[in-house]
Amino acid sequence: MSEDVQLSKICMDFGSFRAVNNVDVTIKPGEFFSFLGPSGCGKTTILRLISGFMEPTEGSVKIGGKDMKGIRPNARPTALIFQNLALFPLMPVWENITFGLEVRGVPKAQRRAKAEELLQLVDLHDSADKRISQLSGGQKQRVAIARALAVEPKVMLLDEPLSALDLKLRQHMRAELRAIQKRTGVTFIYITHDQGEALAMSDRVGVMSQGILQQVATPQEIYNNPVNGFVASFVGENNVFVGTVKGKSGDIATFETAKGQFNARLGANVSVGDTTKLFVRPEFCTLQKTASKSANSIAVEVTEIAFEGNFVNVFVRDESGDTHMVQVQNDPSIPTPALHSKAHMIFDPQSCMILSEATDTRSGH
Amino acid sequence: MQELLRRYGISLSVIMVAMTAFWLLALVVIPNLVLFKFSFRLYLPVDQLGGPNDVYTLKNYATFFESPIHINVFFSTILYSSFVTAICLAITYPLAYILAKVLKSTDTATFFLVLLVPLWVSEILRSFAWFIILSMQGPLNAVLLGIGIIDKPIRWITGFQSVIVGLVYAYILFMLFPIYNAISALDTNQIEASEDLGASMWRTHWRVIIPHSKPGIASGCVMVFMLCAGSVIVPTTLASTNSRWFTEIIQQWMFEGLDWNTGSAYAFLLLALCIIFVSLVMRILNVRLVDIAK
Amino acid sequence: MTSTTFSKIVIRVYLGLFVAYMLLPLIIMGGAGLNNSRFPSVYPWVGFTDRWFIDLWTDERMWGAVRNTTWVALAVVAISVPIGTAAAILLNSVKPRARSFLYGFMVAPILTPGAVIGISTLLFWNTFHVPAGLYLSVMGQVSFVAAYVMLLVLARLQTFDPGLEEAALDLGASHGQVVRRILVPHLYPAIGAGAIIAFFQSVENFNVTLFTRGNSDTLTVYVGSKIRSGITPTINAFALVLIIFTVICAIIYEILRRRAERRAAELAATAAAAELM
Repeated sequence: MSEDVQLSKICMDFGSFRAVNNVDVTIKPGEFFSFLGPSGCGKTTILRLISGFMEPTEGSVKIGGKDMKGIRPNARPTALIFQNLALFPLMPVWENITFGLEVRGVPKAQRRAKAEELLQLVDLHDSADKRISQLSGGQKQRVAIARALAVEPKVMLLDEPLSALDLKLRQHMRAELRAIQKRTGVTFIYITHDQGEALAMSDRVGVMSQGILQQVATPQEIYNNPVNGFVASFVGENNVFVGTVKGKSGDIATFETAKGQFNARLGANVSVGDTTKLFVRPEFCTLQKTASKSANSIAVEVTEIAFEGNFVNVFVRDESGDTHMVQVQNDPSIPTPALHSKAHMIFDPQSCMILSEATDTRSGH
Repeated sequence: MQELLRRYGISLSVIMVAMTAFWLLALVVIPNLVLFKFSFRLYLPVDQLGGPNDVYTLKNYATFFESPIHINVFFSTILYSSFVTAICLAITYPLAYILAKVLKSTDTATFFLVLLVPLWVSEILRSFAWFIILSMQGPLNAVLLGIGIIDKPIRWITGFQSVIVGLVYAYILFMLFPIYNAISALDTNQIEASEDLGASMWRTHWRVIIPHSKPGIASGCVMVFMLCAGSVIVPTTLASTNSRWFTEIIQQWMFEGLDWNTGSAYAFLLLALCIIFVSLVMRILNVRLVDIAK
Repeated sequence: MTSTTFSKIVIRVYLGLFVAYMLLPLIIMGGAGLNNSRFPSVYPWVGFTDRWFIDLWTDERMWGAVRNTTWVALAVVAISVPIGTAAAILLNSVKPRARSFLYGFMVAPILTPGAVIGISTLLFWNTFHVPAGLYLSVMGQVSFVAAYVMLLVLARLQTFDPGLEEAALDLGASHGQVVRRILVPHLYPAIGAGAIIAFFQSVENFNVTLFTRGNSDTLTVYVGSKIRSGITPTINAFALVLIIFTVICAIIYEILRRRAERRAAELAATAAAAELM
């Protein structure tokens, strides 16, 4: 039902511009894998390389162990869901869904039955004869998924298909997509710039920047143990301190900054003497009246309080004028700090990391 | 070309390229090159073809430049074609503006529906209609006599006046449609913004609407001028001996003189005139060919 | 009287004068076909007659011209529509520089006087010993009619999402299937309009046909020669028939257009309703 996708040392050049640089990853059969990155990071190019609309400059794409070189998109066991869905406006819903079967010469009655079956699967009843223009955004989404599933692909490729939906529908469709993937067992490769989507749906996430795959890991691992500053700052919020690594004992290092000395975990590729950055998530920070002895602490003044519903963002300013954020759960029983009150921002050495910048970009090119 | 192959595959690409090549080469480019070549050869009896007299020469063009009458006709054609173009522009610009921005869209649709009829009636009938109106015993003289403005019929079909009337009538819609299209593509908010900022109606037209509709104006001017200068049927119907048109001289060479070589030299002069006019309009109005032909 | 009502009146008068200017000559010309006067005129009105129509009906030469014109027009449609469509698709998938280069050559025939097209076509085919005749008229007309078709199809292609082609390819369609099922259905309106315009352009054409026709008659050449050699009101009768035919076509066209517009509006409304659900 599903196959693995093996990308071996893939590079893709457009003229002198290297859009994808040495990407090497194997996506397991039946996995929900997301490529996450800002626009222009090369993630859409990777999708087009897998689907066959482009051939890599270097490296190989293997699906189910079979090299895809020279195999045209219509002969690959993949189905692509386009960012704008690319539904055929002149065909009714059912013809859209079974277009892939029509071009393979499947008889009409059989196609019609298949369309009904797939419409059930994507939870869209009584829509077979509707026109595409009569559907809402979410319904179009489902038709696009059904159309891709109709050709029984081993691998589904999804190019930010939810980006056109409004927030509420987007969140609903996340769960729906995940459920359809589990039901069909097909390998899903999902492209997005929305970290929320990637973290919520994926088995594993590959974070990309400037054509380079920065980190491949489970969503928890990506969030809690980012390998470098790019991953840390692209996925989730951070308070950042610039400084120099002074010494280390075990996996904890001392970090000298203009605002004092902090202890933190030392990330990969960082060694004593390096000048780099320390990252700490706002939800791992707390505000206390007094400075802490064991944990890192910095004297601040509360400057702004933003109530977000389930949590509260407290913005604080340190003595050198930099702003930091502390995120606390919304709990009516605990009073929120008063505006302009003095406090100490505390964070544990285990919950902050000293990280290098992103993996060197476009080296050797 | 790569994109074509990628999108449509090898066999369809070959078919499409072949059809386009047939059109552009066999129907457009090479015939004009042949015309150009012919214009430098002499009109000779069959037995002299390939003989010592069958050489490339400028003689056919010399025929034109040594004939004051032909030069005169050529420049009259340019002059009166330009005049007709100007009249058409003056009449249709306000009309196009009214249709595009003042009238309700349903009224505009009805108006254009009415205009479909004169548009689809061929130019030969359009000029014939004016032949009837302007003839000695025609309705125009009858009406003028009836009102008492004149006391004996006027010969209208003489000189260039009747040709001008016929040309304006035959080709004015080719000016109206492109200008209308250009103005209706202009965001009405821009007109309102200009007025809101205190511009007078004239100034709004001069600074906002006319600059925006330049491509349409250029397109209309080029079409009308070309159709006028190249018109055969309107001068045939409405001109008289004292108002000859350049196409009539070309016809004379082709059909009466049977001298296709001199005929093609004259045809080439007409083509050159149109090319110069198109480039002139593009230069003056600062538009591209893509804007003109739409 | 306020200035707005004044300008409203000016506008109405202007529009009215223009419509009268465009229509009156045609009415006068058509009306003369019904007047029992030897010279084609509506004034003085001698009396109603159908004799000019009978003359026209019994004119063998006219019927020959009708047959020729129909034949030429259908041939022009059959050749120029595929060529114009192929050229537009080609133009739409080449690099910008090649695009503007080719575009220049493609629109050139529209900006070329018909006499020049006619003579160059005549000379070109003569070098292959093809004599003047209706075949050459077809070739000459196709050279500029294909440009109109190309422009119409090209405009329609601007609204086409090439992603649809990729989606179809991705679903396993061959290139032929992509063109037949996805691209051409999208282009149908433009191809249909192109065919109609090609037909009318061909029927109306005088200049190109005059120089290429040889001894054959088409309707415009027939009318042209009638005008030169002694005018009788049969031409007016012919004009009246043509005008009525045009009016009927215009009405049918308008009804179809309004129906299509209404359907589009209904679809948009249901789509908006679906969005709210």
